[in-house]
Amino acid sequence: MPMRSIEQVLAEVETFAGLERRHLDRIAGCGHNCGFAAGETIAREGDRADTFYVIRHGRVALETPAPAGGPLLIATLGDGAVVGWSWLFPPYRWTFDARAIEDTRAIAFDGACLRGKCDSDHELGYVLMQRFAEIILDRLQAARLQLLDVYGEPAAG
Amino acid sequence: MTPRPWRVTGRRRETADSWTLDLEPADDGAPMSFLPGQFNMIYAFGIGEAPISISGDPGADRPLVHTVRDVGAVSAAICRAAPGEVLGVRGPYGSAWPVAALGGRHVLIVAGGVGLAPLRPALRAALERRRELAGLTLLLGGRTPADLLFRDELEELGADPRLELAISVDSAGSGWRGHVGVVTTLIDDLDLDPARATALLCGPEVMMRFAAQALIGRGMDRGDIYLSMERNMKCAVTQCGRCQLGPAFVCREGAVMRYCDIERVLGLREV
Ligand SMILES: Cc1cc2nc3c(=O)[nH]c(=O)nc-3n(C[C@H](O)[C@H](O)[C@H](O)COP(=O)(O)OP(=O)(O)OC[C@H]3O[C@@H](n4cnc5c(N)ncnc54)[C@H](O)[C@@H]3O)c2cc1C
Repeated sequence: MPMRSIEQVLAEVETFAGLERRHLDRIAGCGHNCGFAAGETIAREGDRADTFYVIRHGRVALETPAPAGGPLLIATLGDGAVVGWSWLFPPYRWTFDARAIEDTRAIAFDGACLRGKCDSDHELGYVLMQRFAEIILDRLQAARLQLLDVYGEPAAG
Repeated sequence: MTPRPWRVTGRRRETADSWTLDLEPADDGAPMSFLPGQFNMIYAFGIGEAPISISGDPGADRPLVHTVRDVGAVSAAICRAAPGEVLGVRGPYGSAWPVAALGGRHVLIVAGGVGLAPLRPALRAALERRRELAGLTLLLGGRTPADLLFRDELEELGADPRLELAISVDSAGSGWRGHVGVVTTLIDDLDLDPARATALLCGPEVMMRFAAQALIGRGMDRGDIYLSMERNMKCAVTQCGRCQLGPAFVCREGAVMRYCDIERVLGLREV
């Protein structure tokens, strides 16, 4: 497979699609390729969130520890998904565990590096916030639907 | 309007609150022929009647199969009916999934919860005619892995090269290998040529509404999306008006309807 630069990969990820080249370049400058084996922990709830990930290929589970029966799976994320937004806001702590459930290739972004660029380039900051707000909105909508427990209601089908 | 007696010849537990029943005629009458998507009125003697979709294989004329979730007095009595007991059945009623018109199409079945029951006959029919289809996908949503119907069959379908299967549950333990999240996210990830796809949806109305919107978001035509509207009904023969959806009666025009025909009333609590 030909090597593709991080900018090229990002341009094909829905979250970053259509961004101007100069913005993609600046974002890509804070990223590096990484990999996780199936089962490997990527982040732990409460840990400092200095990094976020874009999944190139694989699958990641967001989990929360439960008192009995092991962790509870909250969501699974696949190719192109962004994992983590806690790097954006103080206190910069992960709110869930993230664990690879398949061998996963990803791009890891240095949150502090990107925050620094956003602080000095508000236009970049604005487009990035817009894109992240969209992800957060999607996940909020999904979480609401999950909370509605639509399958639990009587005669639901 | 008089129910025929059918004897329970098999009973399988699907989930904590759902059972599948096999029924054979208890009179000298013929077995029932039906179209995928149709339902029967099932009468638990002395308790009451409920519309229940046929969940069996339309290719096999017996037994007659229904999958029922215990949510109240009548459905509980049907779920309790043990082999040897007799239930009253009248039907089949209602419209059908457009199985005859699926040639050349990518058939996309989206089911949530007990909604898989009325879609199972359509799935069996589609598998039977798989060579004529452009593709066959089953997207399944459920509360937890333990709440999924037909689990043994799903396991087999997961390994069946004729079908692309993805399951997403609202929550799961860490041993679960499928997806966790709302079923609409599976639609976003789908390899889909919207002009060639026909979608068959059944599940909670909220789920169907969001699934239909996600499919339209992917470019699908409203007329290529079919839903089974399992609004409560009483008589099943357009007399009582209980299942009226605007000008339509679910028991006559439905339960299977096209999204373009009911979009306006879908999501209203009582119409
Ligand atoms: C065309 C059609 C096909 C159906 N197919 C199936 C099937 O295959 N399997 C199955 O388990 N159920 C199916 N149902 C739903 C089933 O008919 C009802 O669950 C049953 O009538 C409830 O009666 P009950 O006396 O057990 O509960 P009730 O005491 O009448 O109701 C219990 C609770 O469920 C609610 N409720 C009842 N019926 C519905 C409904 N249709 N939609 C939303 N909420 C409802 C009531 O408001 C109440 O809160 C279908 C319904 C229709 C209209």
